[in-house]
Amino acid sequence: MADVLARRSCGLGHVRFEKTTSHPASIGASSMADTGVLEALLQRVEKADGGVDSLAAAAGLGVDHQVIVGAVKSLQALGDVISAELRSSKHWELTEEGTETAEQGSHEARVFSSIPAEGLPQAELMKLSFGKIGFSKAMSNNWIRVDKSHEGGPRIFRTVESIQDQVREKLLLVKRGDAAQLDEKEKNELKKRKLLAEVTVKSYWIAKGSSFSTTITKQETELTPEMIATGSWKEKKFKPYNFEAMGVAPDCGHLHPLMKVRTQFRQIFLEMGFSEMPTNNFIESSFWNFDSLFQPQQHPARDQHDTFFLSDPALAQEFPPEYLERVKKVHSEGGYGSQGYKYDWKIEEARKNILRTHTTAVSARMLYKLAQQEKFTPVKYFSIDRVFRNETLDATHLAEFHQIEGVVADYGLTLGDLMGVLHQFFTKLGITKLRFKPAYNPYTEPSMEVFSYHEGLKKWVEVGNSGVFRPEMLLPMGLPEDVSVIAWGLSLERPTMIKYGINNIRELVGHKVNLQMVYDSPICRLDS
Amino acid sequence: MPTVGVKRDFLFNALGRTYTDEEFDELCFEFGLELDEITSEKEIISREQGDSKASGASDLILYKIDVPANRYDLLCLEGLVRGLQVFKNKLEAPRYRRVSPDGGEPQRLIITKETAAVRPHAVAAVLRNITFTQERYDSFIELQEKLHQNICRKRSLVAIGTHDLDAISGPFTYTAKAPGDICFRPLNQTKEYTAIQLMSLYKTDSHLRHYLPIIEDKPVYPVIYDSNGVVLSMPPIINGDHSRISLQTKNVFIECTATDLTKAKIVLDMMVTMFSEYCAQPFTVEQAEVVYPDGKTCVYPELAYRKEKLSGEFVNRKVGIRESTDRIAQLLTRMCLLSQPTGVGDEIEVEIPPTRPDVIHACDIMEDAAIAYGFNNITRTTPLTYTVANQFPLNKLTELLRQDLAAAGFTEALNFALCSQEDIADKLGKKISETRAIHISNPKTAEFQVARTTLLPGLLKTVAANRKMPLPLKLFEISDVVLKDESKDVGARNSRRFCAIYYNKTPGFEVIHGLLDRTMQLLDVKPARGEGYHIQAADELSACQYRAGSETP
Repeated sequence: MADVLARRSCGLGHVRFEKTTSHPASIGASSMADTGVLEALLQRVEKADGGVDSLAAAAGLGVDHQVIVGAVKSLQALGDVISAELRSSKHWELTEEGTETAEQGSHEARVFSSIPAEGLPQAELMKLSFGKIGFSKAMSNNWIRVDKSHEGGPRIFRTVESIQDQVREKLLLVKRGDAAQLDEKEKNELKKRKLLAEVTVKSYWIAKGSSFSTTITKQETELTPEMIATGSWKEKKFKPYNFEAMGVAPDCGHLHPLMKVRTQFRQIFLEMGFSEMPTNNFIESSFWNFDSLFQPQQHPARDQHDTFFLSDPALAQEFPPEYLERVKKVHSEGGYGSQGYKYDWKIEEARKNILRTHTTAVSARMLYKLAQQEKFTPVKYFSIDRVFRNETLDATHLAEFHQIEGVVADYGLTLGDLMGVLHQFFTKLGITKLRFKPAYNPYTEPSMEVFSYHEGLKKWVEVGNSGVFRPEMLLPMGLPEDVSVIAWGLSLERPTMIKYGINNIRELVGHKVNLQMVYDSPICRLDS
Repeated sequence: MPTVGVKRDFLFNALGRTYTDEEFDELCFEFGLELDEITSEKEIISREQGDSKASGASDLILYKIDVPANRYDLLCLEGLVRGLQVFKNKLEAPRYRRVSPDGGEPQRLIITKETAAVRPHAVAAVLRNITFTQERYDSFIELQEKLHQNICRKRSLVAIGTHDLDAISGPFTYTAKAPGDICFRPLNQTKEYTAIQLMSLYKTDSHLRHYLPIIEDKPVYPVIYDSNGVVLSMPPIINGDHSRISLQTKNVFIECTATDLTKAKIVLDMMVTMFSEYCAQPFTVEQAEVVYPDGKTCVYPELAYRKEKLSGEFVNRKVGIRESTDRIAQLLTRMCLLSQPTGVGDEIEVEIPPTRPDVIHACDIMEDAAIAYGFNNITRTTPLTYTVANQFPLNKLTELLRQDLAAAGFTEALNFALCSQEDIADKLGKKISETRAIHISNPKTAEFQVARTTLLPGLLKTVAANRKMPLPLKLFEISDVVLKDESKDVGARNSRRFCAIYYNKTPGFEVIHGLLDRTMQLLDVKPARGEGYHIQAADELSACQYRAGSETP
C-alpha cells in the first residue's frame, strides 16, 4: 500500500514520499479533513473576477497560508480545475520586538510613562527591562532630564507634559498592512532598530481552469480487481501518477564498477581475437618478472623501495636450465647481436621471490612456452589482473592495481602494426585521436607512450605504454629470429576512475568503498 | 624517469632561437622528452617552504624536462642542447678525443689491493684548461648529482669525485683503510675528522646520510690520497675540502670509484663528453692512467666509438616504412649516430659515440631511425595475424558466476590481496603459522605483511566500513587468495575463492545457505553426500566460506 501511494500524488502540500517516511494512514486522514477547504477555496475562485491571491484567500477563510498552498497542490493534481501561478512579493513585517512595541509602546515611551511627577531615581529606572534603551532615546528626544546632584543619587524628571509615541504609531500602520504610508527612510530606521523586517512571500494567483467546478469528485488511487469485476471503474476518477517522485528501487545485487570495466576490456580483447593468459600467480620469481625480460639486476625497479620481496617462501627453485644459462649470458656478456649489460649476473638475485610487479612476467612465461612448441604459431594474448608495487601511496596510487596487457607475436610485425593494433583497441574504447611519444622500457625497443587527446581537458594525456619486445628477451627463449612481439599495457583503475568520475582510488577499491557507489554505478559502455 | 631543470632563456640562447611553450613541448614530444613543468625558482621555493622564503628568489622561467632513464647524455643543459641541435640538423655531433698531456706524463691513479674488500674499481680523466662560469659550474655539479641518482644507483655502483688538479699532485693512490686511520678535512668543514667521526657527523645530514649504508659495515673504507698524503675523497661519501673546485678552477681531475666497472666507464665518459666543450681545446679530454694491483695499466676515459653495420631493409622492415638507404643514414645521423651507406647493397655503417651507451643492439639503432622519421609519420597498419580467441576457463567460470550471484541479490565487493597478519590470523582466532600464508619481507606498513589466505576478512571490513547503509547487506567476492605450495617453482600458488556474507539484525543463516544452494545449482552440483555437496559444521569463525573451485565436479 505504501508503495502504491508513493507513486501517486496524495494529500497535502509538498510531502515527498520516501520509502522510509511514507505513512499511508496519516496521508489519508489529512486528505479527508481538507475537502471543506478545497470547496471553500473553489467557491471563492468562482466568485472572484480574474482570480484570487492565496494569501488573501487564507485571510478570508481564516486559515493558515500553508493550508491554502496544500489545497492548491491537491486541486492541481485533479487536472485543470484551477490554474495557479506562483508569485513572490516583498513586504514589511513586524519582528518579535516590533510586535511587542506595537502593543506596549516604544521603550522610550514606556520610560516616559513610568516616571512620576516627583521623578524617579536613575538606578530604579535601569532595573526595568526597557530602561536602558528607552532612557537614551527619551534623552535624545528631550522628554526627560537627569538631576545628577539630587540627594540620594541621580534622579530623572519629565521635561514635557505629554509625548506622541511615533514609533508605535508607525508599527501599528505596518501591522494593519498599511506599510506603504511610511517612506523608505522611516522603514529603514525601524529596520535598524530591529523592529521591522522585509520578507519575501510566495503566494499563488489562483484562477479558474479549463475544467473548473466547485465540487470535487473523490479520486481513486488504485484500480482493484473488484472495480474490474463490477465494472465500477468506468464511473471512477483515478488520481494521476506522480512522475516527480522516485520509484521503488528493485531488490537486487550489483556488480562492482571496476569489475564491470574489466568485463568490457575482456570483451574488447575477445572481439579482437586475443586469448586470455592464466595470470593467477601473484607470486613470481625475479627471474620471470625481470631477468627473462632483460631487465638488469641493478635496475631501480628491482629495488626494495619499488618491489615487494618475500621472506617466506623467499627463493624460487627450478628454472629451465638451458634457458637460464642463455639469460645469464645475454645479461652479462651479450649475444644475439647485443652488447649485453656487462655485469656480474647472479642466480641468487634471480631466485628472489616477489609479488609480481607486472603481468608481463606471465607474458614472458607464455612466450617461453610458445618458443618450446615444435613449430611457431602466431598468437595474440591478453590479461587483466593484479600487480603489486611497494611505492608511495597517494590519491591515485595503491600498492596493488590491475594491469591490462595485450601481446601479439607473429612473423614480421612492424612498429606501424603496433600503432595500428593500438588504434583499433583504443577505438573500441571510444578513443580515436592517438599519438605516440618515444619512451624507454628496459624490455621493449622501440618503446612508445600512447597519448590520446582529451576533449574536456583540451590536451594530450597518456593512456598507455607500448613497445616491441627486445631481441635479448625473445631470442634466448628460442623464438625464431624473424618473429616480432608487440605489446602494450595500461591500468584498469585509471579509465574506471575517469569513467565513473572518482577522484580518490580508495573510493573505488578496497573495503572502504561506499557500497552506495557500487549500488548506483551505471553499466559500463566504454565507447559511449 | 629523471627530470632535468634548465633555465629557459639559457636553453633558447644555446638553441639559437626562441620557442613558445607549445612549440618546445612539441619538439620534446617528437624527440622522446617530456616538458613536465614550467616553473621558476621562486615558485618552487614558495611551494615547498612558503611565500616568505621565496621573496628574494629568482623568477627566471625554469623548464623541467623528463628524460628517458637510459639517456644519460641528456641529463644536463649541454647534452640536451647538443642532442636537440643535431636532431634539428643545426649542428654536427662533435667528435670527442682523448689526448695525451702537453709534455710530461699523464696523471696516474694507483689502485691498491685493499680496495677489493669494499669498492674495487676506479677510472679517472682530466679536463684541461676549462673555463667555468656560474651557469656552467652549476650544471657541472648538477650533472654529477643526476648521474649519482640514476646510473650510479645512489652512489652504490659508482661515485664521482671532481678536484682542482692544481691543488693536488699525482700520482694518486686509491686504497682502503680502517675508518679510524682515515683523517681529513671534508668539504664545507673547518676541521679534520676521522672517518668514524664523519660517519656519525653525517648521520643527521639530510643528503649524505643516504649513502652511509654503502660502506658503513665494511672493515675498511675507500680513500684516495695524492702524493703528499692529501685526501682527495672518501668515496662514496664525501670529497676533501683541500681539492674542492671553484669557478676559478682551470684543470679538473675526475675520478670515479665503483663496484661496477662498466658503469664507471660510462659515467666518466658522460662527465667528460658533456663538459670538455668548455676546455681550451673543445671536446678533447686529457687521459689518465689507472694502475691495477696486479700491475695492469688502463688508460681512461675510453671514449670508445663502436661501428655497427645493418641493412636499410632491416630498418624499413622493423619500422614499417620504405625509405632509401641514404635517407635512413641521414635519419640516424640526426640522432648523433653518424651513419653512411657502405655502397654494398643497402648496407649502412653506423658509428655509436661514447655518449650513447644505451645503444647496445641493432634494434636500438632501428628505434632511433624511427624517432628521427617521426613516430607519428609512420603509417598505421593492421597485422594479418589470424587467431581464435580463448578465455581462461577459470576466469570464464568466474565471470558467469559473478553475473548470477548479482542476479541472486548479492553485491560484489573488491578487496585488497595484501593485508596484515592480524587480519587473516588473530582476528579470525587462528595462529599465523596455521594459515599457509606467504610473508612479505619489506612491507612499509602492516597492511602489506601477507597476502590474504581467505576472502572473509575483506568482506567483514567492507561491512564495518558501511554501517550507515540500510540493512541487510548481502555481499560477495570471487577472487584469488595466495597459499604456500611447495610443488610450485615459486613455492606458492593462487587459489580462486568465492565468499559471501549476509549482514542483518537477525542471523538469517538460511539466506547464506540458500545462496550456497543456488550457487551449487548454477554449477550443476546436486545436494548429496558422496557424489554432490553437503555442508557440515566447522569450528572456525570463517564458517560460511566455501571453495568454489574444489566443489565443481
